Amino acid sequence: MNPIVTTVLQRVGLGVLTLLAVSVIIFAMIEMLPGDFASAILGQTATPETVAAFQRSIGLDKPPVTRYFEWIGGVLQGNFGESFSSAGALGGGHAKTVASLIGPRLSNTLFLAGFTALISVPLSLALGLLAALYRNSIFDRTVNLVTLTTISVPEFFVAYILMLILAVKFPIFYSLANVSPDTPFFERVARTALPAISLMLVIVAHMMRMTRAAIINLLASPYIEMAKLKGLAPSSVILRHALPNAWAPIGTVVALNLAYLIVGVVVAEVVFVYPGIGQLMVDSVAARDIPVVQACALLFAMAYILLNLLADIVGIVTNPRLLHPR
Amino acid sequence: MTERVDIAGVEERPRPTEPAQPGPFATMWRVFARMPLSAQFGTVVILAYVFVAVFAPWLAPFRESQIVGAQFEPWSAAFPFGTDQLGRDLLTRLIYGARNTIGIAVLTTGLAFLIGGLLGLLASVVGGWLDQALSRCVDVLMAIPLLIFALVLLSIFGTSVFNLVLIIAVLDSTRVFRLARATAMNVVVMEFVETARLQGESLLWIMTREVLPNILPPLTAEFGLRFCFVFLTISALSFLGLGIQPPTADWGSMVRENATLIAYGDPTPLLPAGAIALLTVAVNFVVDWFLHKTSGLRDEA
Repeated sequence: MNPIVTTVLQRVGLGVLTLLAVSVIIFAMIEMLPGDFASAILGQTATPETVAAFQRSIGLDKPPVTRYFEWIGGVLQGNFGESFSSAGALGGGHAKTVASLIGPRLSNTLFLAGFTALISVPLSLALGLLAALYRNSIFDRTVNLVTLTTISVPEFFVAYILMLILAVKFPIFYSLANVSPDTPFFERVARTALPAISLMLVIVAHMMRMTRAAIINLLASPYIEMAKLKGLAPSSVILRHALPNAWAPIGTVVALNLAYLIVGVVVAEVVFVYPGIGQLMVDSVAARDIPVVQACALLFAMAYILLNLLADIVGIVTNPRLLHPR
Repeated sequence: MTERVDIAGVEERPRPTEPAQPGPFATMWRVFARMPLSAQFGTVVILAYVFVAVFAPWLAPFRESQIVGAQFEPWSAAFPFGTDQLGRDLLTRLIYGARNTIGIAVLTTGLAFLIGGLLGLLASVVGGWLDQALSRCVDVLMAIPLLIFALVLLSIFGTSVFNLVLIIAVLDSTRVFRLARATAMNVVVMEFVETARLQGESLLWIMTREVLPNILPPLTAEFGLRFCFVFLTISALSFLGLGIQPPTADWGSMVRENATLIAYGDPTPLLPAGAIALLTVAVNFVVDWFLHKTSGLRDEA
């Protein structure tokens, strides 16, 4: 079989295995719950009967393996179980499903992340390339110092500075990103601008530094030297010789940073009160609403693993050594 | 017995032999004087933070949780940075925050290095199935973003400083494990380790006396970087209200508690956030210099 197909299939298999292992870990967390957990959730006044009923309702009377397969089976059909938040009203009333909590917020988070990625990926690749080509110039040094500082400071610092300057002192943008499902597209963009810009600053700094390092590394290899010595035009050196080998490192850089974006989104959503999954997860951790936390964690981990897998695959299918085997 | 070896380009500079041995302070001063400007700046900032953290009770004008005025008082002579949402002096909280926030981060990083370093050394020296088992476990743990994993664990075990330190230390130790194992792997194949094995030295001896001294420089640089990472993670969790809990003064929580002031154009919440930022930038500058010095490589990436 074609070596590319086998390698890609191997990676996909490994990715699926990792996803399964991660789902087991996230599920197994609930086994580590301390014994008094039910009373902590239900409050001090809970009677032993209520506690027992609660434990039955979340299935603690069944063996863990059975529960895992029930859970993962539900997840595959988009059913993440029921939230604990309404479990206090046992016996009567409907418990909210996790899916109904996550659904509308997932699209908000994807919108913010997509918006950020759409601008920051091309921008940082271009900046990284320029810094690598004009290495040690004033442009390179300035960019280097600014990005080193940006990646060292906490995300909420960047976010609050932007809010203070761009929303309070000079009211250009909205300081709070409160969107609802029926917000029209352009207003949504305007309201999401500040969280997106603060995420962009951090992501661009990371991505640009990594791109620069990858390109410099590449330009130092002997075959680039050879191409230059042959007397090829600089554009031809870059486009025909460097670029085919650059896709793998660039793919890795992009995937790593989009994965980093996942974590940044949590903080940015809280700062700007943006109704996304990150904020939901933080609220659920505070309320110890385990099913919601598990579902959010699974979604974040899935995105993270898929992005890394994608980077691997981009690296494989663009690798000239695999494309033209000897 | 243990000789210094060259691992991954790490080389020991021959020390200039002085006729009269200078005191430790003179040596430190010479090292300092030779640093680039950014590293000197970093060192001064770090020392200042340590000074504030150690002498917090003497430097702070009030007690840590003492309520001294009305809520959100503006900056004045009595309260240089105003008061917080409960009427506590913000300067006092900032000074005590240095002690709590940095102390907890250092403790966590130390614990992460103890766990990750020991397991990494163990995996490389013992090898075989133990190495395989530990490495695959670490692979899976690293497949979940750290902050997300920490959030899940905190929801299970509840938020307390003890849980926080333990959770972050265990999660971060996977990163230390990777580095310790990778660098130690280059050392365990050396002849002197073989000799020690043949001499019948114990596992602990080989790990701590033969291998550890040779992987110390990269681990030291990593300590600085991991400290920054842990410090930022704990601050982020505290900012989210899930890390260090009140009434302990902590910079991340202080940003959260005073965040409403931003909407009125008051930059006070930026002070604790800036305190976090300044320290991480300073540590990064020093680590940058240290890496440059011990590896002789240009600082790419």
